Amino acid sequence: MSDLVDVQINGEWHQFPKGTRMIEACREVGAEVPHYCYHPKLTSPGNCRMCLVQMGMPPRPAPGAEPAQPDEDGHVPISWMPRPVIACANTVAPNMGIRTQGELTENVREGVMELMLANHPLDCPICDQAGECHLQEYSVEHGKGEGRFREQKVKKPKNVDVGPRIRLDDERCIMCSRCIRFMDEVADDPVLGFTDRGSHTTLAVYPGRELDSNYSLNTADLCPVGALTSNDFRFQMRVWFMKEINTIDTNCGTGANITVYARQGEIFRIKPRQNNSVNSDWMPDSHRLSFHWINDEETRLTSALAKDENGNHQVVTNENAYAIAAAKLSKYKGHEIAIIASARMTNEELFMVKRLAKHLKAKIVETVPRTGEADGYLISEDRNPNTLGVKTVLGLDDPGSQLESIKDDIKQGQIHALITLQEDLITDAGFTDDDLAGLDVLISSYPCANPTAERSDVVLPGGCWAEKSGTMLNIQGRLQRLNKVTDGPGTTEEPWEVIRNLQQALGGGNGIHSHTEIFNQLAETIPVFAGVKFQDIGDLGIPLVETDETLPLLEREKERVAQGLIVG
Amino acid sequence: MTFMKAWTTSTLSLPNTPDPIFLTAPQNHPNHRTYPLPTMSAITYKSGKEPHPNERRIIFKNVDREGWDQSIDTYEGEGGYDQLKRAVAMEPGAVTNEVKSAGLRGRGGAGFPAGLKWSFLPPNNTKPVYLICNADESEPGTFKDRYIIHQDPHQLIEGMAIAAFAVGAKLAYIYIREEFPQGAEILEKAITEAREKGYLGKNILGTDFELEIYVHRGAGAYICGEETGLIESLEGKRPYPRIKPPYFPAAMGLYLCPTIVNNVETLCHVRHILEMGGEEWSKVGTPNNTGTRILCVSGDVKKPGYFEVEVGKVTMGELINDMCGGLKDGRSLKAVIPGGSSAKVLRADETFKVGKGDDCKEISIWDIPMDFDTLAACGSMAGSGGVIVIDDSRSISWVLNNINNFYAHESCGQCTPCREGSLWMKKITDRLVADKAAPSDIETLDAVARNIDGQTICAFGEASSWPTESFVEKFKDELIADTKPELENTPVNAEKELAAAGLL
Amino acid sequence: MSLEVPADLEKQIDERITHYPVSKRSAVLPVLHLLQHHFRFVNEEVIEWAAAKLELEPIKVLEVVSFYPGFRQSAPGKYHIRVCRTLSCAMAGSYELMDSLCEKTGIDRSGVDHHNPIAVSADGTYSIEFAECLASCGTGPVCMVEDDFYESVDDVDALLAKYS
Repeated sequence: MSDLVDVQINGEWHQFPKGTRMIEACREVGAEVPHYCYHPKLTSPGNCRMCLVQMGMPPRPAPGAEPAQPDEDGHVPISWMPRPVIACANTVAPNMGIRTQGELTENVREGVMELMLANHPLDCPICDQAGECHLQEYSVEHGKGEGRFREQKVKKPKNVDVGPRIRLDDERCIMCSRCIRFMDEVADDPVLGFTDRGSHTTLAVYPGRELDSNYSLNTADLCPVGALTSNDFRFQMRVWFMKEINTIDTNCGTGANITVYARQGEIFRIKPRQNNSVNSDWMPDSHRLSFHWINDEETRLTSALAKDENGNHQVVTNENAYAIAAAKLSKYKGHEIAIIASARMTNEELFMVKRLAKHLKAKIVETVPRTGEADGYLISEDRNPNTLGVKTVLGLDDPGSQLESIKDDIKQGQIHALITLQEDLITDAGFTDDDLAGLDVLISSYPCANPTAERSDVVLPGGCWAEKSGTMLNIQGRLQRLNKVTDGPGTTEEPWEVIRNLQQALGGGNGIHSHTEIFNQLAETIPVFAGVKFQDIGDLGIPLVETDETLPLLEREKERVAQGLIVG
Repeated sequence: MTFMKAWTTSTLSLPNTPDPIFLTAPQNHPNHRTYPLPTMSAITYKSGKEPHPNERRIIFKNVDREGWDQSIDTYEGEGGYDQLKRAVAMEPGAVTNEVKSAGLRGRGGAGFPAGLKWSFLPPNNTKPVYLICNADESEPGTFKDRYIIHQDPHQLIEGMAIAAFAVGAKLAYIYIREEFPQGAEILEKAITEAREKGYLGKNILGTDFELEIYVHRGAGAYICGEETGLIESLEGKRPYPRIKPPYFPAAMGLYLCPTIVNNVETLCHVRHILEMGGEEWSKVGTPNNTGTRILCVSGDVKKPGYFEVEVGKVTMGELINDMCGGLKDGRSLKAVIPGGSSAKVLRADETFKVGKGDDCKEISIWDIPMDFDTLAACGSMAGSGGVIVIDDSRSISWVLNNINNFYAHESCGQCTPCREGSLWMKKITDRLVADKAAPSDIETLDAVARNIDGQTICAFGEASSWPTESFVEKFKDELIADTKPELENTPVNAEKELAAAGLL
Repeated sequence: MSLEVPADLEKQIDERITHYPVSKRSAVLPVLHLLQHHFRFVNEEVIEWAAAKLELEPIKVLEVVSFYPGFRQSAPGKYHIRVCRTLSCAMAGSYELMDSLCEKTGIDRSGVDHHNPIAVSADGTYSIEFAECLASCGTGPVCMVEDDFYESVDDVDALLAKYS
């Protein structure tokens, strides 16, 4: 195997592909090397010096001398270099030895930590990064526990408004340059830079310019210390109090992998989660910050509603709402009923929609398309997260194409009852009061109060993306899991439950108790899903449907990997 | 600048790279033509600026010369550009071989073999090759390039043209320090003259060799003497040195293309190596320390100045006492910094073990021959040839503080140890000279230096830490004598107090 | 942009840029030198002009300007003096030379710090700053007045007399 090289790490021999960075090789075998500036998606300047390790190679024979003989394992004894090397940018070589432990490495780390903290303000009690700060972590692991720095620290700008969503504390900055490199190399908006020099080096934006890229918040994620923080999250919650849930973004068809941070049901922040097949390590600010409405109890629907004889909504129990809805619906034949579902629904929900439609023999099932401009990075033109699911599960070739005929059918008195699930037809599907006026029955389910709900005979609170679990297919055809972060407010139920309960009230269906059961039925009945087990999807999803969609940011990263500029 | 080449050497002796020492021995050249050494008998020098009899002037032949000017006519009148004519008739590899057989070691600092450096260009390279002349002379104590540039610019242009021919460069830059504004003008004029005469441009001397040389002015940064910092600067960026590997200039230099960076003095030697023949040139100086080099002496001597000597043929004693007129009256030697301010200091009363095996002997500071290997054996380095002499009137604390000021000011700030450590060392010695230091501060000072040394991206780390390490090692008693035990564990806030006293 | 760059200066700048056929960005130092030579210092307008000329984000020019002491970010006097403060010159008396120059020109350096290295005389005739090694260590103390270089400076009056 010429592509693999033998490398000894902390006394044990391993094999790695040629070209593997030392730091990645060490990580692979559990010998994590501390680092600040290194990031696999960015170029490696090697500036923090935290990843210095001891390195050795087989000794070079003196001129004329015989090379050293290999031992019984076939390895020549290693001659250790007196000086440490950075593990981040150096690659493994045949018969190389690496020591991430031992006197030299530990002394060097202690030294670098001491210097790194010399001019650091040590203001952890008021720093948002506390609890997830690499400076804190490494000083516990590799620091001396006491400082010898007696001098006055360098003074730098604090609380700098560098952009609409980011704040900078220059005294905390350790000059790792990750943020600068991200803006230069990934976001193509090189507005960050260092000014001055030496110990006075200062991270800055040009006066009058702003760090206002739609990817700016990634710099706060990248910042290993508390220099760049998110205005949105700043001082909201100590990180150790929050629960982390891995799920996916539903703001567009990319389905960026994310981690949601919540405490007691309240979402405090969202961060991108690495998935090298989808969003790399990044996500757009616009998507990241679009969660606040979920916490807003003023606008959320918190209980089921049904109109009384005067046409006023009254709060009813969910059971009653389903019964009222069923009673109203059962007056109509299938060809008088239409269902407008949503491409924001999971595959499981869509499957339940299909099942409901079949039970009702509904004339039309449709969803609402939602598009915007692709940004050339991670935001796709399709702003629905599961259009491919709609096509695959509901079998719609051209989602949205029947919306106009639904309107016509209502006007012409052919459709009398409309069920709309997870869509606000008036705001998002171009329906007017007039379009809906011809209906006898309108039943809707949505997370928030909305104009369509106002017109509905029965309103059922259905959870939003953070309040439900299931799977979706992104534009590339990747099957990914959406995981419930929290329960919805009040009597909110997951949309698949809403549909199940409605169908049960209609006298159909039976004991489906979880979204995974629905997934199993999907796998049994829809060929594309055949053989897929829910647990196989994992945190990173699996490719399921072939499409020719690519994500421009990922393509560019692949190029940089091919050029050897980044690890990837 | 000293630190640049020191670093190159250390990294180039990574595994799988031949040890430079074994490749510097002159090689056999059957077709070798030899030329007589230039004689100085016909040359007269300006009054008061005559070379010392110990000198052997090759590079500085025309410096301070009576009747000499910077024009190309004057230069051509003395055989100028004849060696370029000779070179373009040779195979490029043959030119490199001459430089290799001469054993020319880089004059910027660490003495890395120049011919070997050239041969590190990737063998099947398809990218353009660039040549850069490092004229960013900025190692404190060094002032040799100044005279070559200002008085004999065509010597450099010819050396560069020959080097460019050897390495296949069509585009070359002279990175000249900002503080030589006239030097930049003189070089640009010389380049224009050379282009007019067909020594530069397209179809040089009727061959298909082409070369453009441009002058690029720095803007006041010591770090630009580090070759990868220089390259970044030339790319219009902050001059942050690059990590090596992978960014060895010979493979990935300017615009990530193969690039050769040589010092002014080194490139000038190329011309003379062709003239004399590599092997003949290698007989000048001492084995493995071949040729002449320019020593610059400053500090506490009667007649500071520059002296071109055969490497290793002059001792420290001869240099200070004979050539520089000795120490000032009534003074005695305290210390010498032998190779630019980053070289480790030598104490006047030390003895040094030099030589190997049977040749091993102990010598005093006065008997140190000024060559690369002996100064390395003495625990310091020949560096850039800047010799700073310190007599007994000087406070060691003051000298070290001055040096620490320099490195704190010049640290580029890219990597942690040097960025934080250089200013920390300065702040400690600021307090030391202000009588605000405690004895334990000296230990801290040394510890900070050792936390920088060997842990940085470039050799600036060593350059900035070696002075402190060596001063603390050799003058600890004197440094501690300047501290106050009663200040132990008391809070200090040096900056404010110094500022109030007008010292900052 | 309010900066008025004379046509002949811009022509010189354009010519300089041709020295860097591979990357225009390489011309940032020469362009800034030419602009500083004309405008005396590099302020935000100059930076923005250079950035536009070289098609760079202004921060990338500020990164360079603020790194190098060779670029002044505040207005100097009519004659700008740089005194070498590095070891050999300091041993030869450059701190004394600085004191003497300040005394004769009436410059008060008490406001000088890392961020404000230049002190200007009240009448704006002279400005002064310390520079690191000017590479003439054998003839200290040395200084530069504008682009003129002076070594072994002992007669401050004679020196200043050339610039009045």
